Amino acid sequence: MAAATTALSAGDRVVRFAYLGFCAAVFFFLLAPILVIVPLSFNAEPYFTFTEGMLRFDSEAYSLRWYRQVVEDEAWRRGIANSFLIGLSATGLATTLGTLAALGLASPAMPARRFVMGLLISPMVTPLIISAAGMFFFYSSVGLTQTHIGLILAHAALGTPFVVITVTATLTGFDTNLTRAAASMGATPLRTFRQVQLPLIAPGVFSGALFAFATSFDEVVVVLFMGGVEQRTIPRQMWAGIREQISPAILAVATFLIVFAVTLLFTVEWLRRRSEGRKTQR
Amino acid sequence: MKAPGRIRLRTGLLVLPLLAFVLVTFIAPLGTMLVRSVHDPVVADALPETMEALAGWDGQGLPDEVAYEAVARDLVRANEERTLGQVASRVNRVRSGLRSALTRTARRMPEDAAAPWRDVLSNLHEAWDEPETWHAIQSAGDRFTSRHYLNAVDLQWLPDRSVGRQPEERRIYLALLWRTLWISLGITFLCLLLGYPVAHLIAHAPPHRQNLLLALVLVPFWTSLLVRTTSWIVLLQTQGVINDVLVALGLLGDDGRLAMVYNMTGTFVAMTHVLLPFMVLPLYSVMRSIPRRHMSAAASLGAGPFQAFRKVYWPQTLPGVGAGSLLVFILAIGFYITPALVGGSTGQLISNMIAYHMQTSLNWGLAAALGGILLAGVLVLYVVYDRVVGIERMSLG
Repeated sequence: MAAATTALSAGDRVVRFAYLGFCAAVFFFLLAPILVIVPLSFNAEPYFTFTEGMLRFDSEAYSLRWYRQVVEDEAWRRGIANSFLIGLSATGLATTLGTLAALGLASPAMPARRFVMGLLISPMVTPLIISAAGMFFFYSSVGLTQTHIGLILAHAALGTPFVVITVTATLTGFDTNLTRAAASMGATPLRTFRQVQLPLIAPGVFSGALFAFATSFDEVVVVLFMGGVEQRTIPRQMWAGIREQISPAILAVATFLIVFAVTLLFTVEWLRRRSEGRKTQR
Repeated sequence: MKAPGRIRLRTGLLVLPLLAFVLVTFIAPLGTMLVRSVHDPVVADALPETMEALAGWDGQGLPDEVAYEAVARDLVRANEERTLGQVASRVNRVRSGLRSALTRTARRMPEDAAAPWRDVLSNLHEAWDEPETWHAIQSAGDRFTSRHYLNAVDLQWLPDRSVGRQPEERRIYLALLWRTLWISLGITFLCLLLGYPVAHLIAHAPPHRQNLLLALVLVPFWTSLLVRTTSWIVLLQTQGVINDVLVALGLLGDDGRLAMVYNMTGTFVAMTHVLLPFMVLPLYSVMRSIPRRHMSAAASLGAGPFQAFRKVYWPQTLPGVGAGSLLVFILAIGFYITPALVGGSTGQLISNMIAYHMQTSLNWGLAAALGGILLAGVLVLYVVYDRVVGIERMSLG
């Protein structure tokens, strides 16, 4: 292990090889299922496995037919539109409310902090099936099932904990002398927030927003319970596809979602580093 | 300096909008579900005269003529008001076979039916001669009931108002709860086994390589759950990639393809894959803070690698092991999507039963009670998690 750089005995070397081999196998386990989807989505045949032509890299064996099918299919198009409409609206709501709350929670003057935090985090820790069942009962009693508004509210509720957590995390390293200095120089609280606090917590707000969006964008249980045909999102459409008429069109959508996830991941990582860089600079 | 009271008020006002929002859009729904698990007024509202007549019944033998007349009138009215179906299915859940007894009685009731009512009803269905029928109606007519919770752990109210076990063929929920716990524990252990060495590798790699390796764990973490579940179907199904490879290599005959999906194996493999990042990330963040010189010191004091690991390294990683295991276990016992898609009939968990009662059997009281039990279990585990790790420090990648 760490210290044994000088004289590795044969036994140590075997252990080290076994360890590296094991780790490589786990990485393979983690990534192979995701990577295998991408080439299969270009399959010219309606199969879920590699055809002989694909293995020979025959250009005939590859095609964009499943991508074309997705783009031309009314149901998929509606799903994409719904996912973005619901996701972006829910994110806007969750980010606004969550950022405000995090500003309050970060203050030592906050009363009953632990209890309030527990309540605000609860949508994240409750199993989705329970949230979905409860939301179905409650939202149907006020006529919000099978509406876009109902899903936006539900998804916003599920997304707020992520905003609260990420923004609170950026605020823990926040130097409160800055706001005090701004106030002493005559800035109003609103101006202090806009010109001093917001630029510093912006990376946290933005990555919280991305988490909230990803939560809504990937959520299917609540949509399953509360949404009608008109509210079907991309994951809901995939669910139907896996359960009912399984077709490689799902793999084309999956490939799109993988590219989307990687983009989100790199954005969040970039933001996290920016925010950490700022903290260490001080 | 402002008065502390005003600052408290202002910070409170910042939190208030979100608090109100979460209370209305999330806590109220959970409350509604919990109320439903103990409260069901449908039968009591639909059969008011029957309930009144049965209030004076001692539970021994058959009730008197008043009860027969009351139930005849109530059932006919329920049929006209279209609540009969709901009443019949609720009574049927207490005692199988009574659905048809109630609906047939209501629909075939002669226009000119008259006393003696007991004979009228007995002619329409033999169930009216059995005391158990009346016990079932009385039990289903309770507005507030612990019936669903008892049902969720394979118990029931017996006619003499004591608690007993469900009949053999209805005892399914305890076994399912045990299976859920057992599968979740297995997945947690598997994640620990796979995740520990990987977290160690990442934590002690040179910084530039650390980011790359971490990204390899984060890509699956960010990838849609449905995408990952789909890919396991693609890989594991009988005509799928893994079986094809094994057949091509000659390790399997074409007729000997393995059934790796739509059963418990599918649930195990896919859920381990989905939950593994939740184990690696907390382990990694703990391991990263363990200085390398601890292991060098142990080695220079004459400890072999294994002894140094066991005595020096492993104990320091225990907070990460606890955090990761708790998180994976909590997520596993509430998992729904993956078992529903790849679990077949043997790989279903308690969540799938909740969904079944919500969407197919429409036994919402039981769904709510199962949800209540699951919620209580998860909350207890989260309190433990909060004590051990602190809920705000939950790893978000």
